Amino acid sequence: MEMIKMVVVLTILSVISGGGLKWLEEFTKPMIEVQELELVKGPAIREILKGASNDPVESRFKIQDGDEERTVFVGAFDGEPRVAVLEVSGKGFADKFGLLVAFDVVEDKLAGISVTTHKETPGLGGEAKDNPAWAAQFKGKPVNKQCKVTNDGGDINALSGATITSRAVCDATNQALAKYEEFKPQLVENMKSAVK
Amino acid sequence: MAKSLAQEFTKGLWKEIPPFRLVLGLCPVLGVTTSMKNGIGMGLATAFVLICSNILVSLLRKVVPSKVRIACFIIIIATFVIVVEMMMQAFVYGLFLDLGVFIPLIVVNCIVLGRAEAFASKNSVIPSMADGMGIGLGFTFSLAALGAVRELLGTGGLAGDIFGFLPYELPNLFGASFEPFAFAVQAPGAFICLGLMLFLLNLVPSK
Repeated sequence: MEMIKMVVVLTILSVISGGGLKWLEEFTKPMIEVQELELVKGPAIREILKGASNDPVESRFKIQDGDEERTVFVGAFDGEPRVAVLEVSGKGFADKFGLLVAFDVVEDKLAGISVTTHKETPGLGGEAKDNPAWAAQFKGKPVNKQCKVTNDGGDINALSGATITSRAVCDATNQALAKYEEFKPQLVENMKSAVK
Repeated sequence: MAKSLAQEFTKGLWKEIPPFRLVLGLCPVLGVTTSMKNGIGMGLATAFVLICSNILVSLLRKVVPSKVRIACFIIIIATFVIVVEMMMQAFVYGLFLDLGVFIPLIVVNCIVLGRAEAFASKNSVIPSMADGMGIGLGFTFSLAALGAVRELLGTGGLAGDIFGFLPYELPNLFGASFEPFAFAVQAPGAFICLGLMLFLLNLVPSK
């Protein structure tokens, strides 16, 4: 009898808690997206696309990827749209993190990466975001080659004390590379009209 | 229960003020008090969780079987922590970025669980609410004080805002020639400042 009561109480509590939070999540989601765009992604995008002749945050469009929509930001240089920024998420050491990956569509190279939202340990995995020199390693890598850390036979130096985070960033970048291969024609087509 | 409501409330503000009297929940205390702004933000977030969870734990105290009470408390506390986290992201994202990982860590803050277990699960709703408010405000006050001391020593002034409102700016309180102790806002400085404040508080008898 007591056993049943315990199970029932815990179940009811969890259901109410889960349901309430789901509702709140739906409610706050659009606001959180706006805040993220302004305070986290915006500066990161502008940093990757330094010297762009347009406003890359405003020049965005969405593409349909299966069931989800992906937002693509466009950077134009001297008026010519040439860099597409894709957003992917990876599984880091602590939790999911967001990663922006910029592609130079003219030369088929990585134009840069930047970690946005994350919960990695400050000073170790957090360096993936806080240390621009580390992220700069990805710049200029060809799109047809997978990124790997040196321990796995690649050429990306892992952050010291944060091999898991470094691998996760490489994996997320590779995921973006695959998306780029898949959607390149669509990206190039949409980029012209998106520039503002 | 012979204590009056006012006593339940005020004990958290002085007699049992966390973390100075109850030396509990030190992780966020040391981690986020790099400035007064962060201290207040963290303190109010914890106070909100504490008040809500105290009320709910007290309401459910007769329904929850004692063998699974801790699990139930954790579900309740975790729910409110996620509420705080989402609201912060939606309205004060800058503060959320500063506090970062310490917000989810309120779940395991032993002050919150401690009050649920030691007080709310044994008392009715109104005293539990008073207890939560007292301890919560006391915690906010302590964090703000510690944050202010560290910010003053570390930068020579105070600047920031409270949840996007009430901006304040007091630069160079010690004069322009003051050389800031950057040490005070770094991690070891937290221990030393906390230790000094504990020492000062213990000079005053608690009773």
